[in-house]
Amino acid sequence: MSIDNQVFIQNVIIGLTVGGYLALIALGYTMVYGIIELINFAHGDLFAFGFFISLTIFAEINPEIPLHGSDLYFTLPAVALLTMLLTGSLNLAIDQIAYKPLRKAPRLAPLLTAVGVSFMLEAIYAIWKGPIQIPYPRYFPKEDYMENEHVISFFSKLGMDITEWRIVSFTTKDLFLFGVTIPLVALLTLFIDRTRIGKAMRASAQDREAAMMMGINVNRIIATTFFVGGALAGVAGMVWGLYINSGRFTMGFEAGLMAFTSAVLGGIGNIRGAVLGAFIIGMIKAMSDSYIGSEWTRVVIFGILILMLVFRPSGILGSTQSIEKL
Amino acid sequence: MRDILAHPRSMFSGQLRWVLIAIFVVLAPLAMKELELLTNFGLITQVNRALIFVALAQGLNIVVGLAGLLDLGYAAFFAIGAYTFGLLTWPTHDIEMSFFLAIWICALVAAVFGIIIGAPTLRLRGDYLAIVTLAFGEIIPALVRNLGDFTLTFRGRVLIEDYNLTNGSQGLTPLGRPDFSFLENLFGLDEGALNVGVNPTFWYFAIVITSMIVLFSAIRLNNSRLGRAWKAIREDETAADFMGVDPIRTKLAAFAIGASFSGLAGAVYASMLGAIFPELFKFQVSIFLLIIVVLSGRGSIWGVLIGGIIIATFDGVFLAQVLPDIFNGEVLPEYDVQSLRWVFFGIGLIVIMIFRPQGLFPPKSIETKIVPPTVESAEGVQNS
Repeated sequence: MSIDNQVFIQNVIIGLTVGGYLALIALGYTMVYGIIELINFAHGDLFAFGFFISLTIFAEINPEIPLHGSDLYFTLPAVALLTMLLTGSLNLAIDQIAYKPLRKAPRLAPLLTAVGVSFMLEAIYAIWKGPIQIPYPRYFPKEDYMENEHVISFFSKLGMDITEWRIVSFTTKDLFLFGVTIPLVALLTLFIDRTRIGKAMRASAQDREAAMMMGINVNRIIATTFFVGGALAGVAGMVWGLYINSGRFTMGFEAGLMAFTSAVLGGIGNIRGAVLGAFIIGMIKAMSDSYIGSEWTRVVIFGILILMLVFRPSGILGSTQSIEKL
Repeated sequence: MRDILAHPRSMFSGQLRWVLIAIFVVLAPLAMKELELLTNFGLITQVNRALIFVALAQGLNIVVGLAGLLDLGYAAFFAIGAYTFGLLTWPTHDIEMSFFLAIWICALVAAVFGIIIGAPTLRLRGDYLAIVTLAFGEIIPALVRNLGDFTLTFRGRVLIEDYNLTNGSQGLTPLGRPDFSFLENLFGLDEGALNVGVNPTFWYFAIVITSMIVLFSAIRLNNSRLGRAWKAIREDETAADFMGVDPIRTKLAAFAIGASFSGLAGAVYASMLGAIFPELFKFQVSIFLLIIVVLSGRGSIWGVLIGGIIIATFDGVFLAQVLPDIFNGEVLPEYDVQSLRWVFFGIGLIVIMIFRPQGLFPPKSIETKIVPPTVESAEGVQNS
């Protein structure tokens, strides 16, 4: 296979991994927007919180690097659950303290408060871990499947010699990232589609007052939304830390902007839209980084966002909010 | 006399008030110089910066406060003003235009960009508008950073190779400063006697004049037909449209005029600093300006003036200088207290939003007062 094609395949893999973690963050944006119509600017910083808190928990446990045996099969999921619990609780607390008193205030008030919370969190991370690039130890064992005997022999039976594909790599880390993000996204979709709470969420998103009149405890639904959104962002932060092994206190802002763009691209308030948007943005980012230059990626992503909003403001799959309502 | 005793505030009404304010403004730099000597804190430079932010906030107030269009990327216009000034006066580009001409061109260029950025967003409302402006606010600094070494190829042919427009993240320096050499010739002074350089007192007066131009324009606009149209759009766009207010032209005017204020302020700021970098126009700047407008009271021109001076000086003097001086000495010798800046703004924002969501100095709503028709006037209408 030619080098160009190999580069392309590798970019697709990168795009999918980026899309995977962005999807987890974008879901939180879109759920909160769907219910209380708030662009939760602090949401990206919860992703960063997931990164930092899981790092701290790992440091406390101090397992052998890389994880193996029981550490890999029990400690890792336990840390993930604890990270989700803590990040979800943080998001819930932020909502109760900062946004809840402003439910009836003008729209600008909670929006700016969210920005305030975001800056506050970033300042706290900078104090907590230092305003520098933080290394995340390589806890997750890395093995390239392209060098695995079984994979090589499997492909050679199909008549392909993948040892020649020197540029392409697909590691255990990639698989781990997909293995966490895709089931979680599917689980959340099922949760919203099939459960009673999910139904109540959809009802609250459609018409909060009507939902209240039907006996739905909207406050509890909003709290649940913040908790679930925060938990997903938290686990995304942890998985991304294990994957990329580095981060800094502003990482939430960057990731948040891209995830938010994904949510808007797919149609804000739309769960499937957020996931689709995240994978599209992930692909665009990977392709732009590789073919145009990473310094132009922001321009490309935001350019696409502007064009999308101008020509189809409801996003690819359609927003649950009509523009006129805003 | 009795009036003054009965209403002490009336002493500060009418022309006397303006005279007092003028004396205060002129004497302020002297007082600040004394204070600087006493306390070792940079005051005048911070007040200059605060006044630039006030001029910027006045522009944002037109867009957000008067016309009700949420702009999360207003620093883009600030950047456009500053960089236009940079390109016009940076020696490497060989234009080196005069300061007095360049600042007006910057205001004009920013206004044009206001229309360019505003035009696609006209059909959008609320949050969608906020997102588009946010995206523009991110694109402009990224463009500035990337246009330092720009190569454009089209179908294998190189059209532009390694062209340096903005000098990338290194920024543009030195930049043009106001040139008063014609006055030196006129009064027979030594060459360089009126070389302003970075003299903070000179810049104080230059920025006070800039802010006054902006403030005067804002007040006149607020009371004009256009100002009332903005407020009508803000309150109810559909109703305003029915009453004959053209929403498209009115919104574009808000974007253009708001941007032009910021272009002017950006140019003066660039000249004062003598150097500009893409980092100066980050998202945080847009948010800081929005905080000034919202905390001061959206739509209130005097409120934004006073609130802006208070908030920006608080930021530049108290948070950036006094606080580190107190804490870094003994309590936290190693710790960078300045990183607490956004903690303060975050908490302040939350507290004020909860207890006073309309801002500290909200506009007086005199204009909405409706005088009920009396019987005579109603008859008068019938008879005529």
